[in-house]
Amino acid sequence: MKIDAQTTDPHQLPRLIRQAEGAVEVDHCLGQRFLGTALEAGRTLTIRGVPGNALGAYLDGGVIEVYGNVQEATGDTMNEGKIIIHGSAGDATGYSMRGGSILIEGDVGYRAGIHIKSYGDKSPVLIVGGAAGSFLGEYQAGGLILVLGLGCEDRAPYGYFCGTGMHGGRIVVRSDHIPVNLPDQVVPQDLTADEIEALRPHLEAYCEAFGVPMSRLLPHRFYALTPNTKSPYRQLYAMS
Amino acid sequence: MQKEGQVRIPSGCAIVGAIDRSGGTICGGDMVRAIAVMHDRSNGLGGGFAGYGIYPQYKDLYAFHIFYAGSSAKETCERFLEKHFDIVNLSKIPTSPHPRVTDAPLIWRYFMAPLPNKLARCQLDEREYVVRCVTRINTQMKGAHVFSSGKNMGAFKAVGYPEDVGEFYRLDEYEGYAWTAHGRYPTNTPGWWGGAHPFALLDYSVVHNGEISSYDANRRFIEMYGYKCTLQTDTEVITYIIDYLVRRRGLTLEEAANVMAAPFWTTIAQQEPERRERLTFLRQAFGSLLLTGPFSILVGFTGGLMALNDRLKLRSMVIGEAGSRVYISSEESAIRAVWPDLDRVWAPRGGEAAIFTVKEGA
Repeated sequence: MKIDAQTTDPHQLPRLIRQAEGAVEVDHCLGQRFLGTALEAGRTLTIRGVPGNALGAYLDGGVIEVYGNVQEATGDTMNEGKIIIHGSAGDATGYSMRGGSILIEGDVGYRAGIHIKSYGDKSPVLIVGGAAGSFLGEYQAGGLILVLGLGCEDRAPYGYFCGTGMHGGRIVVRSDHIPVNLPDQVVPQDLTADEIEALRPHLEAYCEAFGVPMSRLLPHRFYALTPNTKSPYRQLYAMS
Repeated sequence: MQKEGQVRIPSGCAIVGAIDRSGGTICGGDMVRAIAVMHDRSNGLGGGFAGYGIYPQYKDLYAFHIFYAGSSAKETCERFLEKHFDIVNLSKIPTSPHPRVTDAPLIWRYFMAPLPNKLARCQLDEREYVVRCVTRINTQMKGAHVFSSGKNMGAFKAVGYPEDVGEFYRLDEYEGYAWTAHGRYPTNTPGWWGGAHPFALLDYSVVHNGEISSYDANRRFIEMYGYKCTLQTDTEVITYIIDYLVRRRGLTLEEAANVMAAPFWTTIAQQEPERRERLTFLRQAFGSLLLTGPFSILVGFTGGLMALNDRLKLRSMVIGEAGSRVYISSEESAIRAVWPDLDRVWAPRGGEAAIFTVKEGA
């Protein structure tokens, strides 16, 4: 089913998508919120344009592919499924996700992967092709955030306060740069060749989604940021 | 109705700005169409716009936009204006009746110059003279509220959704080199016409999405310098902070941004020595003007726009560039609605002032 978002009531659009059967395509998307909410396994949603906030919130196994940039809180609290973004993403992408994967071709805003966690046999994966803003993986409790840093080779591909409040999971970065100002709640460590090899399925997923040759990603230095159990998080906001 | 202090309304907002750096004109109607995309970020309790370069025929005169509760307030205020200004032109601001914009006050516009004798006698700088007149009207004249007082610019605001407010003020009849727009979702104060954004003083205007938790600390400081916060809203205090820092203390806009959204001490410690010293000085000298809490603001001024997020970037804001045009918005969709083809879309970092100005001589 094909829907022209320009001629559809924005408040009805999420319901139309949910009630449709089979694959749905939405054209001329412009700021409509809550698209693909809780989409189940077996369902696919293709969007052209710029969808609004909370795209794919509570996603439950469906696959969403966007040809354009996305705004804030994409994949908020998603449980399972996949969101592929042929563009960049705004702030709080993957907010509280506990399963499934989000693949972003370009950059992501502030607080990507805030509060993501593993749950039961689920472990969420957030892959950023370009660079991330500050507070990457803030309060991360589980899962994997993978930042490939394409087009951002001259500096660490993330901003200040990376991993603030982090207490579980991993942030893996493809970069030669580790900033001096990392919060002391995270510890950087280079990946071994075996560990990089273990990442290969995720790298392949990115290459396949965006038509990027593996030779652009590998070989390269990767390092992981994990929680520092010797320096648990206290507080940031009130003290400084 | 209940006003500020009598009621608290718990709860976002939407902002859009546009500037043509080569000095070309942008139609007010485009701003209306852009902000309309973010309808759901407002709740109908306030919408407004500020246009720069919209009064070229009176560009050397102060344009006052004033709300009056009734004709007696108007008579009192006009007597005051006649005593202090040479009024070159006055008229009602043209509006169209709109079903969703109701309870309009009387809305008048005055193009004026300070009376030379009066100005000379009080030994004040011309702009300070104008500020004091505005403050006097807004604090002492019941039923009169000056909501715009700059040269070759004007604010237009009301209670309602911003797209309705734009139609009410017939903004498609205005053209300017820069604009800001706001859709309001009031968080602490009731929606009334004076409380809508933008807040403007002289040619500075501010639209704001967020909630400043330092409001009272900021207010106490700024009121020591003759400003009166009459509306209990955080945006009003931001407008006065900018006027104080930039006009009165001579800081650059970027320095003012480093005061309002000062980096964390840990971030300052990592800067090059010269920058570290400057940031330390600003934070120490103007500590009471640090704004805490979430905000994204657009500041309009003669010749440009500044976009600024709080240092933690707790609100969304994106910038789209296309040739000489720059668009700034809470959501990219609002930009794409009117200007679909952009060369570049990016988001400034928290606390990073993005300043865009019209080329000299344009």
